[in-house]
Amino acid sequence: MMIFITLLVIIMLIGAICSCIIKDLLSAVIIAGVVSLIASILFYFLQAPDVAMAEAAIGAALTTAIFVFAIKKTKGKKDEKDD
Amino acid sequence: MRKTISFILLVILLIGIYYAIAQVHYGENKMEVSKHYINEGLKENGVTNIVTSVVLNYRGFDTLGEITILFIGAIGLGLVLFGFETKRKDIMPASLILATGCRFLFPLILLLGIYIFVHGHLTPGGGFQGGAVIASGFLLSYIGCSKKRISEKGINILESLGGTIFILIGLLGLLFSGYYLSNFLPKGTINTLISGGIIPLLYIVIGLKVGVELAGIIYKLME
Amino acid sequence: MDFLYKNIYYIGAFGLIFIGLYMVAAKKNLIKIIIGLGFIDTGINLFLIMIGYIKNGTAPIFTKAGIDSAQMVDPVPQALVLTAIVINVAILALALGLAIKLYEHYKTLDVSKIRGLKW
Repeated sequence: MMIFITLLVIIMLIGAICSCIIKDLLSAVIIAGVVSLIASILFYFLQAPDVAMAEAAIGAALTTAIFVFAIKKTKGKKDEKDD
Repeated sequence: MRKTISFILLVILLIGIYYAIAQVHYGENKMEVSKHYINEGLKENGVTNIVTSVVLNYRGFDTLGEITILFIGAIGLGLVLFGFETKRKDIMPASLILATGCRFLFPLILLLGIYIFVHGHLTPGGGFQGGAVIASGFLLSYIGCSKKRISEKGINILESLGGTIFILIGLLGLLFSGYYLSNFLPKGTINTLISGGIIPLLYIVIGLKVGVELAGIIYKLME
Repeated sequence: MDFLYKNIYYIGAFGLIFIGLYMVAAKKNLIKIIIGLGFIDTGINLFLIMIGYIKNGTAPIFTKAGIDSAQMVDPVPQALVLTAIVINVAILALALGLAIKLYEHYKTLDVSKIRGLKW
């Protein structure tokens, strides 16, 4: 059980670092959604089912949708890359 | 230059926080208030979900403040994006798979959301979770079959009605007992659908309001 | 290995807060800064729920009639985190609305060009 939780935390931290480094904006937003989903699984292991349901429905679904709409509206004719 | 200086400052900050937080042990019993909430919560409220009784009865004012912040956020977003004009654009129609699947799935998702917030005081769930599921259903219907969607006026009326009914139920509590948001209806039998006074009514109102509000935020960002 | 098993949740929560703060302080694209804001929220919520955990505890719901109530975890941080998650999504929506308006006015999303910073 503890090995499983350790593996999940390591995958979450690697995902967060990758979302910081990648230059394409759409990929970074989708990786942020996956980090939120893994945090929802960790909430379940800490014996909090209400919070796990709220984080999965709001953090993983609605936040990613809002980010994708905002990226679509701020894209110009030439591509905007990160620094 | 900016990256290295911020990295070094953050490492120093993290070492300081580690020495402060290491006094907090992991996995031991810490609070005295929650002992009273767990032992006396079933007798005083009549609901079996203790987190629901903390959110709506022992900490009801915080829920009122949170509803206000969500309302201000939705209004502020509409004002920043559109100003005072009212004309809107059209969006292009979707492909065949998405349109057929959307027409089949939309009532089922709505039914799941309503089930989650009606049974909020018996099983894990509640108003905020059910509202988020309803907003996801509206997002699907907006992308797939955009011909039948709810008009702007309906969304505004339902949202304002939800907030007003919540405040009126609190004022009725002030009228019957001594204080705002008190539990004045009788507590029924434990573990049935009608139990716990005004707590199921409050969660139904909150679920409808939050669901329609989040759907409205997505509509405004999409046009 | 024993040190890792005992403190794994501390490392996860504070690692997320550290990465989020680094993205807010040192990145140039406005959308990346707002993604960092979302990471800080997730890290703080994880830390709050972890404080209320008791070893070998169960969830605070009376599903059957005779459950022993001496081993339940703390219900107060869960109620506070429920409110915090919903408020954070309202903050993110408002920040993205402001970013869209900035793009319409300046035609770019680069923070150093908008503010005129030297570095």
